Amino acid sequence: MAPPLHRTSTPPAALTAAQFDARSADPSEAPTAQRACPPSRRGFLGGAMALGLLGVAAATSGCSADALASGKTRLRYWNLFGGGDGVNMQAMEAAFSKAHPQIDLEANTLAWGAPYYTKLAMAGAGGRAPEIAVLHLARLPGFAPGRLLDPWDLDLLGEFGIHSSDFPDSIWKRGTVDGKQFAVPLDTHPFVMYYNTDIAKKAGLLGTDGKIRTITGTDQFLDVLRTVKRTTGQQPITFETLGPGCINPWRLFSTFYAQAGGTVLSADAKRLTIDDAKALKVLTFMQQLTHEGLAVQKTDVGGAIALFNSGKSGFFLDGEWDVSTFKSNTSLPFGMARIPALFGPVANAQADCHSFVLPHESGRGGAPNRAAHQFAAWMLKNSLMWAEGGHVPAYSPVRDSDAYHKLEPQSEYASVANDVALDPVAWFAGSASAMWIDLGAAFSQVLTGSSSPQQGLDQAKSALRKLIATPNPFGGAAA
Amino acid sequence: MSATLTGTDAGSAPDPGSGADSAGRSRTSGRVRRGWTEHGLVFTAPFLLVYALFLVWPLLYGVRISFSDYNLAGINSKFIGLDNYTEAFKDPLVWQSLWHTVEFTLMSTPPLVVLGLAMALIAHQLRFVRWLWRLSYFAPFVLPSAVVAVIWTWIFEPGFGLIDGTFKSTIGWLTDSQYAMASVVLTTVWWTVGFNFLLYLAALQGIPAQLYEAAELDGAGPWKRLWKITIPMLKRTTGLVVVLQLIASLKIFDQIYMMTGGGPDNSTRPVLEYMYDVGFTGYRTGYASAVSYILFVLIVVVSLVQLRLGRNREEG
Repeated sequence: MAPPLHRTSTPPAALTAAQFDARSADPSEAPTAQRACPPSRRGFLGGAMALGLLGVAAATSGCSADALASGKTRLRYWNLFGGGDGVNMQAMEAAFSKAHPQIDLEANTLAWGAPYYTKLAMAGAGGRAPEIAVLHLARLPGFAPGRLLDPWDLDLLGEFGIHSSDFPDSIWKRGTVDGKQFAVPLDTHPFVMYYNTDIAKKAGLLGTDGKIRTITGTDQFLDVLRTVKRTTGQQPITFETLGPGCINPWRLFSTFYAQAGGTVLSADAKRLTIDDAKALKVLTFMQQLTHEGLAVQKTDVGGAIALFNSGKSGFFLDGEWDVSTFKSNTSLPFGMARIPALFGPVANAQADCHSFVLPHESGRGGAPNRAAHQFAAWMLKNSLMWAEGGHVPAYSPVRDSDAYHKLEPQSEYASVANDVALDPVAWFAGSASAMWIDLGAAFSQVLTGSSSPQQGLDQAKSALRKLIATPNPFGGAAA
Repeated sequence: MSATLTGTDAGSAPDPGSGADSAGRSRTSGRVRRGWTEHGLVFTAPFLLVYALFLVWPLLYGVRISFSDYNLAGINSKFIGLDNYTEAFKDPLVWQSLWHTVEFTLMSTPPLVVLGLAMALIAHQLRFVRWLWRLSYFAPFVLPSAVVAVIWTWIFEPGFGLIDGTFKSTIGWLTDSQYAMASVVLTTVWWTVGFNFLLYLAALQGIPAQLYEAAELDGAGPWKRLWKITIPMLKRTTGLVVVLQLIASLKIFDQIYMMTGGGPDNSTRPVLEYMYDVGFTGYRTGYASAVSYILFVLIVVVSLVQLRLGRNREEG
C-alpha cells in the first residue's frame, strides 16, 4: 500500500526523469497521472495566458483610443479631493468638459496626503506627468520647483483673464520661486470655529443679527465656554485631540501661536526661532481646555465631528470643509466664524491653500499646455462652486462678488484670508507633511494630558531640529 | 512519517550534486539526469527571469543607492559613502521602530503558538460537528489584511465600538499608546492563529494511536498523556510554527499601517513602516535603503543563530 502512494506523491516535487521512468515502468499509473494532473495545469496556464492577452489587448486598445481622439486635446489632471470636495470638483470638471468639447479632460483623483505627493513627485521626475495637478501651497518648497514642476506662463494665463493682481499678495507670492510662478492658488482653507446656534442663543452669545458676538482674549473665551457648559451640562467644545496622523493639535497651536506673534523657523528654514514663553503660554491654555473639562479630552476627528453633528456640542474647531457634512444635516442649527483673537490683536488662523501646478513634462508646450492654462483659469473664475464646500476662493473677483457674500455661512469667515498663518517656508512643511505629523503628535499629548506643556514643547523642538538637520531630499533651490 | 522523509530525500538528494556533471555527460550517459538541464531550465526560465528582474537586481541596486543620497524622484543624487549608515546607527527612530517590531514579535508569538495548540487540541478531541470547529477557527485566516484592519478598527472604535460600547468603557484601544500595540497583537492573533491551528491539527492526527493506548494501559491520565506524548510528539511542528511566526512578525506592517498608522506618537511604528515613511513619504530612498540593509543583516544573523540552535537541539 505504501509504495504506490509514495510514487504518486514524489513526481510533482521532482518533475524529471524519475517520472518518465515511472511512466514506462508502470504503465498502469501513467494514464491516471495524465488524466488527473496535466489537463488542469494546462487549463490553468491557458487561462492565465488568455488573461495576459486580454491585458495586452486592453492596453493596446487604450493606446489606440488616445490616438483616435487626436482631434481633441488631451488634458490630464490629478487631484486629491475626496468627500464633499470630491463631489464639488467632479461637478466642476463636468461643467468644464461641457463648456470645452475640444478638450478631453482626464481627471484622476488619488488618495489624499502622503501617497498623493509620492506619486506626483515620481510623475514629475519621469517627465511624463499629467498636464496639471493640485498641490498644497505650503508643500511647494519641498517639491523642487523647476525640476519636478514647470513654471506657469503668465502671459498665457493673462490671455485667459487671470492676473497676479487678482489674488491676495501674501498667497500669490508663496507660489513664486526665483521670480517664476510655480503655483496658482485656488483657495485658502483656514482653521475655523463652528458653533451651534441654538446652544449659543440659550447661553446668550448671539448678537442681534443672529451671529455669534466677537470674543477677544483667553479669559473671555473661557467664560463663554463655562457659560455654555452650565447651559448644556456637556463639554462645550470639541476638536481632534488624538488619532492616527492627527494634525489638528498642530493647527490649533499654529493658530494661537501666530496670534501671539511667534514664529517657528527662520526665513531660510535653517534655524529654530520658537519663542518658548509664547509657545508655553499657548500650550498651557490648550491643556487647560481639556483639563478643566471644557474640551473633550480624548477624541479623534471623526468622533468630534459626530459629537457636533449630534447637536450636543456648542463649539467645534476644524478646517472649514466640514460645512457640507453639517449642511446636509437639516436638524443641526449651526453657524461658522473666524477663530477668535485670543492671544493678540489679530485673529490669525492656521491655513493652507490648494493650488494648481504644472508637473514637469519633458515636452511641455503646445495645445495640452494651453489647455492646462485654460483649465486653471476656468476653475478660478468658477470657484464659487468650489466655495460651497467651505474653501475661501483665492481669486478676488469671486471672493468679492455678491454671489459669494450671499453664501451662508461660508462667507462669514472669508475675511480670514488676509490673516492666515501659513506654514513656515521649508521643504518639510505643508499639508500631510512630516512636520505636521510630528508636531501633531507632540501637541496631541499635551491635550490628552500625557505630556506637560514643557514636555510637549521639548518634543516639538527636537522633532523640528531633526527635520532641519535632514537634508532636503530633492536638493531643491528653495530651502 | 520517516518513510516519506527518506523517500523524498532519496528522490531529491542526488539531483543537485549530479546536476552539474550531468550537463557534461548528458549526451553519452546519464540517461536519468539528462532531463534536469534539457527540460528543467526551460521550465524554470520564466520564473528565474522574473526572479532576477524583480528580486536579485533590485537587491543589488538597493545596495548601490544605500551609498548615495538618492531620492524618490531620482534627481540631484550623488555618492555619499557610508553617511547613510552612520546616520542610521545614530538615528533613535530606527532603534525605536526596530524595538516596536521586536515588541510585536515577543507579544504575539507566545499566544499564537499556545492558542493554536489549544484550539487544535479542542478540535481534535471533539466528536460532534467537527467541520464547524475547524471552519470557525480557520475562517479569519482567509480574510485579507485590509478587511481585518477595518473590522477591528470598528471594534476598537473609542466610545461606541463593539468593545467600548458593550462594556461602557472609554479605553482608547488604538489611540492610547499604552494599549495600541496590545490591540494590534489581539487583532493579529485572531486573524492568523487559524494557520497554526491547522498545522497543529494535522500533526495531532499524525500521532500514532497506539502510543496513547499503551500509555492508557499503563495508567497514564489525560494530563500525563498530553505532557508526555502529545507535546513531545509535536516538537517539530512547534519548531516550525515558531520559525514561521518569527519570520512573519519581523515583516509586520499591514495591520499597523492601516489601524494606527504607526501611532499614537509613533508608539506602534514598526521598522518596515519607518523605512516606508522615510523612503516614500520623506522621499529619501537612499537612507531608507541603508536602514533596510541594516535590518537585512540583523535578520540574517538571527536566522543563523536560530539555525545553529535548532541543529544542536536536534543532535542533542
